[in-house]
Amino acid sequence: MFWFLRRGFASLVMLWVIVTLVFMSIHFVPGDPVELLLSQDGGSADPATVQMIREDLGLNRPIIEQYVEKLKGLASFDLGRSMVDDSSVSAEIARRLPRTLELIGLAALISLVIGIPAGIYAALHTGRRFDRAASYVAGFAQGIPVFVLGTLLILVFSQMLKLTSAGGFVAFSQAPGKHMMLLLMPSLSIGIGLAAIVFRITRASTLEVLPLDYVRTARAKGLGDRRIVLHHILRNALIPVITIFALQIGSLLGGTVLVEYVFNWPGLSGMLVSGVNARDYPTVTGVILVISALLIGLNFLVDVLYGLTDPRVRK
Amino acid sequence: MSISETATRPGLSISDLNISFRNKDGWTSVVRNLGFDIAPGETVAIVGESGSGKSVTALSVLGLLPQQSTRIEGSIRLGDRQLLSLSPKDLKALRGNEIAMIFQEPMTSLNPTMCIGEQIAESIIAHRGISKAEAKVEAIRLMEKVHIPSAARRYGEYPHQFSGGMRQRVMIAIALACKPALLIADEPTTALDVTIQAQVLNLIKELQEEEGMAVLFITHDMGVVAEVADRMVVMYRGDVVEEGTTTEIFANARHPYTKALLSAAPQLGSMSGSSNPQPFAIYDINTGLAAEASVLKSTVDTSEILLDVKDLSVRFPVQQTIFGKVTARVHAVENVSLTLARGETLAIVGESGSGKSTTGKLITGLLHPTAGKVEICGKPMRIDTRQSLSRSVQMIFQDPFASLNPRLTVGRAITEPLRIHKLASEKEQDEIAASLLTRVGLSPEIAKRYPHEFSGGQRQRICVARTLALKPSVIIADEAVSALDVSVKAQVVNLLLELQQEMQLGFIFISHDMAVVERISNRVAVMYLGEIVEIGPRAAIFSNPVHPYTRRLIEAVPVPDPSRRRDRHKIADSEIRSPVRPGDYVPPARTYREVSSGHLVQDAGPEWAA
Amino acid sequence: MTGTSLKFTPRQIPAYLLALLLVVSLLAPVLPLQDPLAMDTAARFAGPSAQHLFGQDEFGRDILVRLVFALRNSLIVAFAAAILAGVIGTALGVLAGYSRGLTEMLAMRFIDIVLCFPPLLLAMLAVTLYGPGPVTLIPVLAIVFVPSFTRVAHASVLSVRSQDYVEAVRSMGASNARVMFSTILPNIAGPLIVQFSFTVAVTVVLESGLSFLGLGVLPPAPSLGLMIGTGRATLAQAPMLLVWPCAALTAMILILNAFCDDLRDRLDPKSSKIRGQ
Repeated sequence: MFWFLRRGFASLVMLWVIVTLVFMSIHFVPGDPVELLLSQDGGSADPATVQMIREDLGLNRPIIEQYVEKLKGLASFDLGRSMVDDSSVSAEIARRLPRTLELIGLAALISLVIGIPAGIYAALHTGRRFDRAASYVAGFAQGIPVFVLGTLLILVFSQMLKLTSAGGFVAFSQAPGKHMMLLLMPSLSIGIGLAAIVFRITRASTLEVLPLDYVRTARAKGLGDRRIVLHHILRNALIPVITIFALQIGSLLGGTVLVEYVFNWPGLSGMLVSGVNARDYPTVTGVILVISALLIGLNFLVDVLYGLTDPRVRK
Repeated sequence: MSISETATRPGLSISDLNISFRNKDGWTSVVRNLGFDIAPGETVAIVGESGSGKSVTALSVLGLLPQQSTRIEGSIRLGDRQLLSLSPKDLKALRGNEIAMIFQEPMTSLNPTMCIGEQIAESIIAHRGISKAEAKVEAIRLMEKVHIPSAARRYGEYPHQFSGGMRQRVMIAIALACKPALLIADEPTTALDVTIQAQVLNLIKELQEEEGMAVLFITHDMGVVAEVADRMVVMYRGDVVEEGTTTEIFANARHPYTKALLSAAPQLGSMSGSSNPQPFAIYDINTGLAAEASVLKSTVDTSEILLDVKDLSVRFPVQQTIFGKVTARVHAVENVSLTLARGETLAIVGESGSGKSTTGKLITGLLHPTAGKVEICGKPMRIDTRQSLSRSVQMIFQDPFASLNPRLTVGRAITEPLRIHKLASEKEQDEIAASLLTRVGLSPEIAKRYPHEFSGGQRQRICVARTLALKPSVIIADEAVSALDVSVKAQVVNLLLELQQEMQLGFIFISHDMAVVERISNRVAVMYLGEIVEIGPRAAIFSNPVHPYTRRLIEAVPVPDPSRRRDRHKIADSEIRSPVRPGDYVPPARTYREVSSGHLVQDAGPEWAA
Repeated sequence: MTGTSLKFTPRQIPAYLLALLLVVSLLAPVLPLQDPLAMDTAARFAGPSAQHLFGQDEFGRDILVRLVFALRNSLIVAFAAAILAGVIGTALGVLAGYSRGLTEMLAMRFIDIVLCFPPLLLAMLAVTLYGPGPVTLIPVLAIVFVPSFTRVAHASVLSVRSQDYVEAVRSMGASNARVMFSTILPNIAGPLIVQFSFTVAVTVVLESGLSFLGLGVLPPAPSLGLMIGTGRATLAQAPMLLVWPCAALTAMILILNAFCDDLRDRLDPKSSKIRGQ
C-alpha cells in the first residue's frame, strides 16, 4: 500500500518538474519569441506590434510572476491561448485528445492480440517453421518506419485498390461503421510495428523462462502442459513484456503524430505540426505538456500493474 | 515399518543404463553400464564429483532430460513397469505421484509468482483430482508435517519470504504430496548451511520411515552419505567404480578413486593427535597409492603480531523513513576483536549472516568500519592507508570463476598488483609471473592464456599466485576452497600449507566447512550474528566446545563414518536468526570467560537457555 | 577476444552491406555522380534513362543521386547524435553506477525526466524554439538517447561491480579511477557497443520522421523523409517518386537492424562463449 503511494507521489513530482522545464525552455530561446512569430513570413516585425502582443501575453512581467500565473492556470486546466488565432489551447486539446487516444488504444490492442500469442507459440516451438517465419516477418515489420507503412497502405488500399479513401475522419456518432473503417488503417500502421516488438520480447522472455529451475520442478511434479504454460511459464515471462510495452507506449504517443499527419486523422498532431510551423509556442507547449502528463500517468499505471503481478516488488 | 507395508510398495531397478548427449560433434557418452536396485524403505546414495553423471542419472529416471539431444538405453523399472517406454501421458501420471524429486537450489526451484500453498496444492489436484478447498487443507497438513511453523498463515506467502532451509522443506512437502514410492533427492542440502542441512537430512529420514519410501540420494559429500545411506554407488566420469553397503565401503574401499574421495573427505576428530595443521594425504586415482603426507612443523611466531583487530563493528542501514530516520540496520559485525601472529592460521567459522566474510573485507580495507580499528603490522587500516597496506594483506575469493578479470591473460592477471603499485618493469613482470605459476604448481606457459580455459581448481591456484605477487604478510582466504570439488579442495589446502611453511605467512581462513578448518588452523574463532561467541586453539575448540552455538555447529557436521551416525532426536529445528535489528537497538554488553589458556567463550545470553 | 572465426557466412551479409553503405555515403561527394541539386525542369518526372538510372523528380533532379546523398545526410546526423549521446550517457552511467549514493540518484532522476518526453515531441519542441536543421537536430537527438546509454552503462556497471574480480583489484590497492577505467569499462563495452548500433538505427528513423514533417533537414538538401513527404503529394502522377525513397529508407533500416541483432548475439555477455564456462 505504502509503495503505491510513494510511486504516485514520485509521479506528481515528475509532472511538476516537466512543467517547470517546459516553462523555462521558452525563456532560453535566442531572440524574442513574439518577434520570431511575427517575422515568420520573412518580413520584420513592427516594434509597436511586438510590444502590444508582449503586453497581451504577459511576457513583460517578472519571470516569477509568469511562473506562478502559469501554475495557477494549469491547476484550472488553462493552457493559454494560441498566438495565431487566440483560441483556447485546452479547449482544442480536449476536442482532439479522444481521437488520438482511440488511435493508440486500437493500435495497442492489435499489437497485444497478435504479438503475445505469436511470441509464446514461437518460443514453445522454437527453431521450427512458424518461429523462423514469424521472426523474419517481425524483423521486417519492425524496421519499417510508421509513416512509410502508412503511406504505403494508402498507396495500396486507396490508390491502387480503391477500397477506402485516403484518410479523413467521420464522427462515431454520425457513422460508426465508417468511423471504424477510417480508424483501422492508421491503427494498423502503428499496430503492426508494435506487434513485431511485442512478439520479439514475448518470445525472448518465454525462451529465457523455459530452462529455469522452477519450470523443471513443475514438470517433475507431473503437471499438465496447459497448467505449466499458463501458470508457471507465462506468469513469469510476461513480466518483462509489461515493462517493454510501457516503454513503447512512450514512442507510441510520439508515433501518432506522424500517422495522424499521413491519414489526416484530426488528433493532437495536426495541432502540433501547425503550431511548430507557426512557432506558436503556447500551442506546442500545451500539447507537449498534455502528452507528457499522459505518459507519466501511463507509467504509473504500468508500475501498479507490475506490482500486482510480481509479488517480489511489493515489499 | 511393518513388513506388509514394504511388500506392497515397488522398488527401483536400473540395469545396463547408458546415456549419451548430442552436441555438434556427435554423441558423447555420459553414463555407461550403470545398474543398481533400491528396495522399498532403503536409501541408496550415488556419490561423485562434477562430471560423474550422477545428476544425469537421476533426471533420466523421471524422463526430464531434453528429448531431442539425449539417447537413453537400458532399463529403468519401478516395480514391474518399464519407465523408459512410458507414453508421455503415463510419464506425467508418474511424476510427482509415484516418483518425486527434489533439487539442489531451493532459491530457484520454486515459482516466484505463485504462493507456496498453491505450489503444493497443484500437485495434489493434478494427481488426485480433489477440489481446491480439500487440496488446501491437505497442503497445510503437509506443511506442518515438514515442520513449517504457522503453516496456515504462511500458505499464501511467496517463495521470497522464506529462507533457504524453509524453501527446501516446501520442496519436500511438494514431493510428499502424493505419497511417492521413490524420492529422488539431487544434492538437496549442498546449498544449505550446516545446521540447516542437519535438520533437512533428519526430516528426510523421518519421513522415509513413516512412509516406507525408497530414497535415491545424490551427493558429493561423503559425510552425508555416511549419515543417510544404506548402500552407495560411486561414480567417476560416467562409470561405476564401486558399489556396496555403506559400512563395507567406508571400512574397506577397494577402488583408488573411492579411497581418494574418502581421504579427501575431512573427518572431524582426525586431527586430535597433532597440534599443528597437517596436509591431506593425496591418493593417486590410478595407482591408489597415497603420497607420503609430510608432518609439518609449527610456523607460529608469537613475537610478531601481524594483525590486531579491536572492537570492530560495521552496520548497514536497510530501511529508512521518508525523512531519513533509520528504522532497521544490519549489524553485520559487532565488537569483534582478534589477533594474528606470524606464521599462524586463524580460522573464522560461521554460517549465513555470521559476519565472517564481512570481517574479512573489513580487514582488507574493502569496507569501512562503523567503529573499532584494524592494524596491520602495527599500521592502522584507514581510507588513506588502504592502498599502501594492500601490500601487506591480500585476499583470495570464493568463486574462482568470478575473481579473475575475463579480459586479462593469466600472466597479466597475476602481475596486475605489481602494475598498480609500479613495482616491476614489463620484463620483470613476465619473469615474476612465470616463477609464481611454478610456485603454485602450474606450468609457466599458461601465462599467455585466458582464465576461462581453466578448471576451478586451476583458477584458484592462479588466484593464489596473484596474491603472492606483492609478497604480503597476511592472506585472507574467504571460503577459498568451498566451491571446489572434494579432491581439488585437498590439493589447494595442501598448497596453502606449503606456502605457509616456506614464507611464514599468516592466514585468516574464513569458512563454514568445519572439517577443513580442523586440518588447516592453529586457532579458531566461531562467529554468530556478527559476534565472536568462542575463540581459542583448534584442539580446545574441537574437543571441548563450550558455547551452545559452537556445540550445535559441530554436532551438525556430517561425519564420514557410518558407525557414528548422529542421534537424530538431538537436532533442534531452529532457524538461523537474521542480524537485522531495529534502528534504536543497543547491543547488550558481552562478557567473556577464559575456559583454558587462550580459549575464550562468550557468556551465553538468555536466548540460548533452551 | 578469443576465438571468433573469420569465415564468410550468410549471417555476415548485413555487416557487408552496411559497410558498403557506409563507404558509399562517406565517399559520395568525391564519386563521379551527378549533382543532387541540379534541376532540369524540362525533364520533370522523367522515367529511368541512361543518364538518370532511377529517373527524375519533380524538379528534374536525378533520383538515384539524391537517394545516395540523402542516405549520407541521414547517417551523418545519426552517427553524430549517437556518438554524442554515447559519450555523455556512458560517462553519466558509469559514474552513477560506481559512486552510488547522491550521484546515482540525481542521474537516475534526470533520466526519468528526459524519458517522460516522447522523443519526437522533444525534437519538435526544440525545432519550435530553435528552428529546423542539423544544428538543432543533432544535439536534441543526442539528448533523447542519453538515457538509454546511461541505463545500459549503469546496469552493466552494477552487475560487473559485484563480481569478485573488481573486489580483487580494489584489494590490490587500485585507485577508484583505475578500477572504473581499466577494469570495469572494458568489461561493459559489449552492451554499450550494441546500444550504439541501436541508437544509430533509431536516430535514422526519427530523423526521417522529422524530415517527413518538414522539420528536419532543410530543402533543397536531400533527405529520405523529405523525399517521401513530397512524394506523397505527387502520388497520382508519379508513384515511383514515393516508392524509391520508401524502399531505400526501409532497406537501410533493415540492414541496420539486422546488423544490430547480429552484433548483440556476438557481444551479449550472457553467451557462454564470453563468460567462459
